[in-house]
Order: sequence, then structure tokens, then C-alpha cells
Amino acid sequence: MAEKPIIDERRCRGCGLCVSVCHLHGLVLVGKVVVVVETVQCDWCADCELVCPNGAIACPFEIVLLQN
Amino acid sequence: MTVDLEFLKDSPYFAGLTPAQLQSVRDRVFERSFDRGEMVSLEGEVSATLYIVVSGVVKIFMTSADGKEQILSIVRPGESFNDVPAFDGGPNPAGARAMGPVLLYGISGDDMKAVLWEHPPIAINVVRTLASRVRHLISLVEDLSFKHVIGRVARILLENVAGEIGSGPRMTQQEMAAMAGTAREVVGRSLKSLEDRGAIRLDRHRIVITDEEALRRIMEPS
Repeated sequence: MAEKPIIDERRCRGCGLCVSVCHLHGLVLVGKVVVVVETVQCDWCADCELVCPNGAIACPFEIVLLQN
Repeated sequence: MTVDLEFLKDSPYFAGLTPAQLQSVRDRVFERSFDRGEMVSLEGEVSATLYIVVSGVVKIFMTSADGKEQILSIVRPGESFNDVPAFDGGPNPAGARAMGPVLLYGISGDDMKAVLWEHPPIAINVVRTLASRVRHLISLVEDLSFKHVIGRVARILLENVAGEIGSGPRMTQQEMAAMAGTAREVVGRSLKSLEDRGAIRLDRHRIVITDEEALRRIMEPS
């Protein structure tokens, strides 16, 4: 299963800015909280993280060495 | 659609105006909408329009001669942009692009000056807004001029590399920015620069160190 951004529901205020910028339409508002669409193949552009005024979305990177 | 008086009342520029005064502002305000990726204004273009974001998000950025982008700010609902060319009539110092569907209120620089003549008390709103803009830009200038951010980002990557996939810490660009003592916008640019130099590859949720030696040289230039 593809990795997905992490939503902190306690911080999310449901403003929907992340929903508006996701070019894969991978975020939706359910009530006053944003959720990640189960089937989205997130490309980790991190625009959602960038625009969130409350720091409620995280697109964390794992750092790995290239295996030869 | 009519321009929303309640929205104008809460915007940084027009806070404190009476309903009648707000009405005179509304008569000068127009709406514009953009889809994701559309340019609202171009760097260097003379447009002299002040915009306030009603919904959506706008990215303000500059582009270098070799195509590198530096984000200056992210403008959210209630915030304004293009203030400088609207007030001084000069070219736009930066470009503005819609990050998703965006609705804006615009007011020409001439109309904004007319509003100021008619309602001098809001001059303090203008001063306060421009001062906060200057403060933000000074902080960004400091980051870009005096801090060797790219070296610090290289160090953060090397110190947090996972021994095997799934075993290391995972970090957002915001967390890297906090560790490097810089702005998230600068971290994004540093990662892109490291990728351009062949030291790393951004592979969705992974940062793959493709040339460890190159990354070490960037971390500690001789």
C-alpha cells in the first residue's frame, strides 16, 4: 500500500486548504477533519503540509542510503 | 458574485472601517478566480493590483536565471499579496501562482490610494501589514545570505540515515527546518539543490542518498 500523509486530527481545524491544493484529489473533508483517500497514490509533493496553517499534516521522509 | 463586506471587514487592510466606509471600498473591489497552477501575476510584470485571498492558497516565489525557485511566502485566506507594486507602481518583485482553485479580491493601486485619502485612519493598517511583510523578508534574507543551510541539511540527512529501510527516524521538511535553524522554504530549495548535484534522489516518501561522499563534501566544504 502506498505511503500516505499523516493527519493530526487534534490540530486539524477543517479549513480545507490542503484539500484545495492536492493535485491528486487525495484529501477530503469528513465533518471538520480532513482524511486521506484510501486509494490515492500520493506522490509526496508535500503541498498539503506546506499550506496547512495548523501543522496538522505531515509528509515525513525516510532517509536511506542507495543500496548498490 | 458580490464582494463580501464581512470578509473585507476582517481583512488586515480594512479592519476598523465603518459599514458605510466598507461599502465605498467594496465598490472598488473586483473578483478574480484561478485554477491550480495558473499564474496570478508574473515576476517583473507591471500590474499594480493588490490582491486579498478569499479562498485557496497562493504561492509567492522568485525564479533564478537557471530556473531554481525560491518560495517567498504562502498566502492563505484573509492575507494579501502584490502590495508593493500596488503602492509603488513598479514591476512585481515576485511571481504568484495558484496552488489550487483560488478566489481573490483585487483592488487597483490607484483605488487603494484613493481609499487611503478618504479614510486616513486605515493608513496604520497598511503600515502594520507592510511592516510584517518586511519582517518576514528580512528573516528570509538572513537565512539565504548568512547561513550555510545546504551544509546543515546535508548533515541532518547523514546523521539520520536509516540502517535499513523502515528503521530510521522519519522527518518532515518542517522538522528539518527546525533542526537547521531555517525556514521550511529554504529546506525545500536545499533538497532540490542536493538532488541537482546528484547527492540525493527524492523518491516519494524517501530521500535516497545516492552519493554519500558528495554529501559529506557539501556538509564540510574544504
